[in-house]
Amino acid sequence: MPRPARLPGDDRQCPRCKSHFRAEEIRRNQFVCAACDHHFPIGARERLDNMADGGVWTEIGGELRATDPLRFVDLQPYPDRLRSAEAKGNTEAIVCAELALDGQRCVAAVMDFGFLGGSMGSVVGERFAKAADHAVARGIPLISITSSGGARMQEGVLALMQMAKTIVSLDELHDAGLPFIVVLTHPTTGGVWASFASLGDVTYAEPGALIAFSGPRVIEQTTREKLPEDFGLSERQLVHGHVDAVVDRRQLAARLGRLLAILEQPPREAPQSLATQLAQNGTERAASMARALPQLSRRLRDRVMGEQSQTRRPGDRW
Amino acid sequence: MGPRRGPRFVRRIADRLTHAEVEGGDSWEAIQLARHQDRPYPLDYISRLMPDFEEIHGDRLQGDDAAIVAGIGRYHGRPIAVIGHQKGRDAQDRAFRNFGMPGPEGYRKGMRLMELAAKMEMPLITLIDTPGAFPGANAEENGQGGAIARSMLTMLRLPAPTVAVVIGEGSSGGALALGVADRVVMLENATYSVISPEGAAAILWRDAGKAKLAAAAFKPTAANCYRWGIADAVVPEPEGGAHTDPDEAARLLDGYLSRTLRELGALPIPERRRIRRERFRRIGAHRELPPDSATLMSQGADRTG
Repeated sequence: MPRPARLPGDDRQCPRCKSHFRAEEIRRNQFVCAACDHHFPIGARERLDNMADGGVWTEIGGELRATDPLRFVDLQPYPDRLRSAEAKGNTEAIVCAELALDGQRCVAAVMDFGFLGGSMGSVVGERFAKAADHAVARGIPLISITSSGGARMQEGVLALMQMAKTIVSLDELHDAGLPFIVVLTHPTTGGVWASFASLGDVTYAEPGALIAFSGPRVIEQTTREKLPEDFGLSERQLVHGHVDAVVDRRQLAARLGRLLAILEQPPREAPQSLATQLAQNGTERAASMARALPQLSRRLRDRVMGEQSQTRRPGDRW
Repeated sequence: MGPRRGPRFVRRIADRLTHAEVEGGDSWEAIQLARHQDRPYPLDYISRLMPDFEEIHGDRLQGDDAAIVAGIGRYHGRPIAVIGHQKGRDAQDRAFRNFGMPGPEGYRKGMRLMELAAKMEMPLITLIDTPGAFPGANAEENGQGGAIARSMLTMLRLPAPTVAVVIGEGSSGGALALGVADRVVMLENATYSVISPEGAAAILWRDAGKAKLAAAAFKPTAANCYRWGIADAVVPEPEGGAHTDPDEAARLLDGYLSRTLRELGALPIPERRRIRRERFRRIGAHRELPPDSATLMSQGADRTG
């Protein structure tokens, strides 16, 4: 894929602390402001490059592309919107891949806000489902890093149904006994938050991410409520009990790796017959007695030798 | 596309609708009919279909949401669970029902009933009619997104037959929260869409007045939803719409429901759950690039940095 001349995060000012950064500098810091830790948006492919062990990941469902089932036109025809989104370098609003995080194999479904606002249409739903199928087939966990404005309006009710489709995939993971981990990034709203994004077994959020079903603008217009400045942000969602931890992007891969290591199941042993179990128990008993022998003899010797042997320094070997 | 077996009249009307080319004008008309103030609401159907009905209240956590009615009744000699979006008819009632826009406590009340339905292996019928889940700060803080998601998951996992009926307007995740069923059917003048036309107009055209344009673009009619495989059947309404004769509308719905529940009840539980999953797994419109032109293996090769 051709390398875009300028990335969206290139050479810009931090909106929070007004520090300036060179493109290379901010990229090295995973698009986080080195001065105030503000998290800039980051593309799905770059995120995978940054997170995966050795920058190696294998895409799943990359062959899927959108169609225009409604022949939808708002201010611009949908195919035109798709073309200009593709020109920015990605092929859809989600990239799914198998990769390793700190040595833990997993499947990641990473959303890309840069592609039509990360909206969930048929391709996002199908790629997510394929990623879950792959996780089930390989017996490894599924991680989803979300960033989305919600369902893709231009695909109408078909986009709405992708919510249900992702729920079906989570049900498959449930039956396979595999964990589903969610990382919410700015922004995760609408149909994505109201489907798979809020069903993580463990849910992390990046700092300062807006997480909501209805965005603040819609709420203010509908109810004329005045919302607090930090409405729906990660830190507030933590207080309200909707996320488990707010995690800095630069620590995310290690944190996920550790979580997956905790959840890792020991390899399943084949069920044994009773006779084998008894025989094994007997062997284990004999073995443990054998292991205890040197200690027994040592105690015996201590008793015989009296105080002399009690003065030995710890670590002395017999 | 899902199985299309059903009473002959259902198939006939569905064919008629499917072959009609639906234009934007018709979409707007359908939306007006779907929202007609005299249109029957869930409690109107319930009182006609199941004289013995016990409504449950509250989510045992936060409160009772009047925008969702949920309860158990006897239907053709068997216990059945029913959940629906209830709108109000006059100004006072509308405010009480919050215009049929549920908060998380409403969906959690629904899930309470789903758990009972699971325990008793009772069939579940949902009656969908909402402009969407309520957009409010309180609803957000009490977990609106999670409640909708969990409602879908709970419904998907139910053992007994489930049928979702869009009886009016089905808009956004607020509608789909009750829509993950074995069979999804729509009344003739019902609509099903990703968002209300007003909401879409505000977002896409940045002008809430462009609702007619939005309706035309979304084509949310029963006929189109049937064509896309979103609806498995279209249930006819009395001439002029369900509001002209609620008794007849309930009778027509009863014909479809009783037959479909019998059909679904004949399947073993794992089979029914498998088919239900597949039904939603299939929905979508995408294309596949031939393998050689796609970036199948992007092992860091796409690195843009």
